[in-house]
Amino acid sequence: MIINKKAFGLALLLCMVGVLSGICLGMGAGRISPDMVVKTISSHIFGIPEPASLPPVLHTIVWNIRMPRIILVIMTGICLAVSGAVFQGCFKNPLVEPYILGISSGAAFGAALAIVFPSFFMSVQVLAFVFGFLAVATAYAMARVRGETPALNLILSGIITGSVFAALVGIIKYLARDEALREIVFWLMGGFYYAGWQDVARLAPLTLAGFSLVWAWGWKINILSMGNEEARALGVNPETNKFFLIGVATLMTAAAVSCVGIIAWVGLMIPHAARMIFGPDHRIVIPASALLGAIYLLGCDTLARNLAQAEIPIGIITSLMGAPYLFFLIRSRGGRIRGE
Amino acid sequence: MFSVQGLSHGYGNTPILDDICFALERGELCGLFGPNGSGKTTLFKCCLGFITPNRGQIRFKGRDMRKMSCREMARQVAYVPQHHTPPFPFKVEEMVLMGRTPHLNRFFLPGSNDKRLAGEAMDRTGISDLAALPYDILSGGQQQLVLIARAIAQETDLIFLDEPTSALDFKNQILLWKALKSVSAQGKTILACSHDPNHVAWFCNTTVVLGKGGIIATGDPARVFSQGLMDKIYRDTCQVMDDQDLKMILPSGLIPARHHPVPAG
Repeated sequence: MIINKKAFGLALLLCMVGVLSGICLGMGAGRISPDMVVKTISSHIFGIPEPASLPPVLHTIVWNIRMPRIILVIMTGICLAVSGAVFQGCFKNPLVEPYILGISSGAAFGAALAIVFPSFFMSVQVLAFVFGFLAVATAYAMARVRGETPALNLILSGIITGSVFAALVGIIKYLARDEALREIVFWLMGGFYYAGWQDVARLAPLTLAGFSLVWAWGWKINILSMGNEEARALGVNPETNKFFLIGVATLMTAAAVSCVGIIAWVGLMIPHAARMIFGPDHRIVIPASALLGAIYLLGCDTLARNLAQAEIPIGIITSLMGAPYLFFLIRSRGGRIRGE
Repeated sequence: MFSVQGLSHGYGNTPILDDICFALERGELCGLFGPNGSGKTTLFKCCLGFITPNRGQIRFKGRDMRKMSCREMARQVAYVPQHHTPPFPFKVEEMVLMGRTPHLNRFFLPGSNDKRLAGEAMDRTGISDLAALPYDILSGGQQQLVLIARAIAQETDLIFLDEPTSALDFKNQILLWKALKSVSAQGKTILACSHDPNHVAWFCNTTVVLGKGGIIATGDPARVFSQGLMDKIYRDTCQVMDDQDLKMILPSGLIPARHHPVPAG
């Protein structure tokens, strides 16, 4: 019965994602009525009505600009929120976020490098991905002592790699010309300005695979959140399982960050929201985080596109909306949220 | 059934355990007793495979436990940690159900049989009416019972408890030891470490006493806890009374006149 209620809740969230994306497709600089949105999409997917019968501007706006953007927003929300839930479970600490191991600084360094040296053979995305992953791998390698990776070591070495890469980004910013500097700053604030189908194609496989794997590991995350010794005594090897989970979550975060830049708060607060609604069982928290993350980012991105004449970087919106939410959470739930 | 042979371990150059040997039989409730720093926790962690001892063998039902995988081990031995607060507010029934983890299939979906066994474990520890409550709002005693129910749901023949009564009030300490006694009477072997010699003397049918570096005594607590042993461990702080077949270990000097004075030295 309880499971059914929760499954119903998840189905409801899934419908909300669908409806919200439909609404967001119509909104923006050129407002498009819902029936035209539906017609355009169906003309592309089913060929009805004839694509040529619709004005080309509809194809451009709905199918080539907004559609990939909205899919990318949803996938980014899934990646960040799910890896946030994974990190919080693995570190048995509700206050960690996907960037805790220095992935954001690493990715920022990669992106800055690619922006300042455009002749380099790899693109902004690829370099951001590579360095984001490299930062976490370094942190993990530094934290490992005698075959074990204590959480405190890991977080400390995450801070170390993060600050080293932040300093390197500082150097690049200092040396960069004006336009490059501007571009770096924009990248750091995150955004979906350049979203296209090729980004969707790049992020989709990782999002789907990562999400399914993490969801299948939901029960083990419950056990891991009890601590290393208890997990071992319950038959779940903490070292191998955490290595796997942190690896998958890092891949998902790195992929999202490399496509859209650094978007704060989603990975920290969405898993909390999921737990407040559905309880702490990660078999439910993982899909709920994914759906809530998608809804939250869709809302934020639509605000970013529509609030002002020019687009506002989405990182600013997520932080501005996230901070009061977390404040509310801490005040209203007191010690419970901090695990005291 | 469970045996430790020639186990030695140390951190760096400091030896903690030296040549530990003891064995437990089916259905025994064994109290692991010793002063602070005698290596109880280290011995515990070696037995559970949390740390690998420098030397020695740990065998269960004739098999070397160090060669078992994590999952195999969890089907044989359950561990009840000192009560603690997990970071997320799991419900009592969810906590107990986690005990079924080593028996679940590869998809880790607890089935109706697992839920029934978890329910039975809660019945046996008397916490069924707490099932729907969040674990983190319970009292220390109730939390300890939940962890014991989880160990029972794990269906192992051997249960290790790490200072199970350390956070409990007097009544709950007694209730917990009685619960352990009835669990062991049903054929499970239990090893519990404790700081209270009276608890070991009253409730356990065997004991292992650790001193600096090694085992000082093993066997029936009624025989083991003598004035000589207590003096050796705690030096003139205890007086052992032996009234009507019941042992009481009291602070020395509490009853000066009636009983023999504490031997000096």
